[in-house]
Amino acid sequence: MDKFEKLTGIAAPMPLVNIDTDMIIPKQFLKTIKRSGLGVNLFDEMRYDRDGKENPDFVLNKPQYREAQIIVAGDNFGCGSSREHAPWAIKDFGISCVISTSFADIFFNNCFKNGILPIVLPKEAVDVLMKDAEKGANARMTVDLPAQTVTTSDGEVFHFEVDSFKKHCLLNGLDDIGLTLEKAASIDAFEAKAAAARPWV
Amino acid sequence: MSPKTLYDKIWDAHVAHEAEDGTCLLYIDRHLVHEVTSPQAFEGLRMAGRKVHAPDKTIAVPDHNVPTTLDRANAATMTEDSRIQVEALDKNAKDFGVHYYPVSDIRQGIVHIVGPEQGWTLPGMTVVCGDSHTATHGAFGALAHGIGTSEVEHVLATQTLIQKKSKNMKVEITGKLRPGVTAKDITLSVIGATGTAGGTGYVIEYCGEAIRDLSMEGRMTVCNMAIEGGARAGLIAPDEKTFAYCMGKPHAPKGAQWEAALAWWKTLFSDEDAHWDKVITLKGEDIAPVVTWGTSPEDVLPITATVPSPADFTGGKVGAAERSLEYMGLKPGTPLQDVTIDAVFIGSCTNGRIEDLRAAAAVLKGKKIKDGVRAMVVPGSGLVRAQAEEEGLADIFKEAGFEWRLAGCSMCLAMNPDQLAPGERCASTSNRNFEGRQGYKGRTHLMSPAMAAAAAVTGKLTDVRELM
Ligand code: SF4
Repeated sequence: MDKFEKLTGIAAPMPLVNIDTDMIIPKQFLKTIKRSGLGVNLFDEMRYDRDGKENPDFVLNKPQYREAQIIVAGDNFGCGSSREHAPWAIKDFGISCVISTSFADIFFNNCFKNGILPIVLPKEAVDVLMKDAEKGANARMTVDLPAQTVTTSDGEVFHFEVDSFKKHCLLNGLDDIGLTLEKAASIDAFEAKAAAARPWV
Repeated sequence: MSPKTLYDKIWDAHVAHEAEDGTCLLYIDRHLVHEVTSPQAFEGLRMAGRKVHAPDKTIAVPDHNVPTTLDRANAATMTEDSRIQVEALDKNAKDFGVHYYPVSDIRQGIVHIVGPEQGWTLPGMTVVCGDSHTATHGAFGALAHGIGTSEVEHVLATQTLIQKKSKNMKVEITGKLRPGVTAKDITLSVIGATGTAGGTGYVIEYCGEAIRDLSMEGRMTVCNMAIEGGARAGLIAPDEKTFAYCMGKPHAPKGAQWEAALAWWKTLFSDEDAHWDKVITLKGEDIAPVVTWGTSPEDVLPITATVPSPADFTGGKVGAAERSLEYMGLKPGTPLQDVTIDAVFIGSCTNGRIEDLRAAAAVLKGKKIKDGVRAMVVPGSGLVRAQAEEEGLADIFKEAGFEWRLAGCSMCLAMNPDQLAPGERCASTSNRNFEGRQGYKGRTHLMSPAMAAAAAVTGKLTDVRELM
């Protein structure tokens, strides 16, 4: 999994509340064989019209936000189904941090499995960050995971909380597999013991 | 030593690491893989530069998407996205060196039928697959459950699963079954009694005389639907029938290894005084041939009953029943046996084994299906199909008017072209009657193969005992 340490980049403002996983990645894209490549269909129904033409009013289609790496969103981001395709699409687009007042639980956890940092901040802070994001490409926000801060383009600093274990995993790029592989010696030892006890397996 | 359940014993034999909070790394003996939930997992390995930890313990077979029509060798019979998923499995199996049964192989079939048939599934093993009906393998006294795509990748990379232990639940079916009552009626009746969340947090062990009396095929049917009861897994202690089934299977141990395996397998039972967190007992004699009337597998009634009214329920079930009846197009008070059907599906990992086809053929022998009914048999594997042909069952089906298909999941989940049309009503031997499961707005009644065959003959939901 990608590490997340410190990121300075463009933030796209999405003041909509309840952005659900169907909006993030509609169900017709679930019959894919890939986890990557979903970025072009991120927010598909908002981003394109029926003929596949870009909707110029959608934030990520605007020239100043095409390279966004952060989303600042309204309440309850990521509600809906448990599809891991949602964080896959977000990550594939190039976004690795989402800031909101609240997230749906499953989506929140799925983010950490996929190198994305979801940040929860109080409404006043999100309002300030939303305004900063609306300034466009010249206003770069900085997210610093070790320091647990978000800094606006004007230098205003907000401190956020994050579970220490999740922080450790994200900083070191450890997914569940990475963590399990830290116990490779135990697995190998078990395998040797099991092979002796149950050689037919 | 303190007494243990069968689940405790298998669990203890597979803990590779235990953290202080009780989170364990459970070692996985067999990992079954199919085309729909695995592509992202394999891709994850590639992106991280990882290998499959134990390709020898990993078995792949395409089943969910594959066409079951006789012309399927022609790639054009598949929709493009399905074809791509199957081709991805072909490539992943080859690149990562796992065991593979491609569509062209006679051993291809539904993953949960292929595993036992090839002797991959054996007593005391841990078995996982990115599919909820992995519980099927519990019939061998193997701890088997479904996992998600991230977990598929985790098992591929590490051969372990991060797990916390579930609680123990005993489901005992005492006494004998009455004529016309089958394993499917047992498993549906258990779900009817406990509800779809009754098993949540538990691993179920099925026991009692009626379970002992079942064949291995019947036991697989029972365990298959443990998941519909909410359980993490279903288990049945292995016995002489289990050992006889396993003996001589291609990947079962031979010679001295067989003897060693057998010695261990014989210790795999729940100790007399083992602790159970929950116990359910049903009398075998009380179980009737049943069908589902609604859109949840717990909506089970004896075939002799009438369609219930929402007023028969309480709490949240009232609204659910209203919605179910509306979706199913049924009126309260209608005798179930007056409900006419349009389609019959015999197959799936619940009831696509040879014994299921025998039971259905026994009802159909010398009969024709009702005019206007569309009926298909989809054997669970190429080998089941071949055996059914050898036994003359295929001829019985064909003469009765059934389509005789190639192996796959088919109309169990309707991911391939085998689908119900909106409003079509199907007597089905599969395991889920959810809205849209067998096709958009399709209506599913779950039942045993014999009951589905009876429905094909009369064109209505039918008490199979009247045709016996
Ligand atoms: S037959 Fe149905 S339940 Fe079984 S594996 Fe296939 S789709 Fe799943």
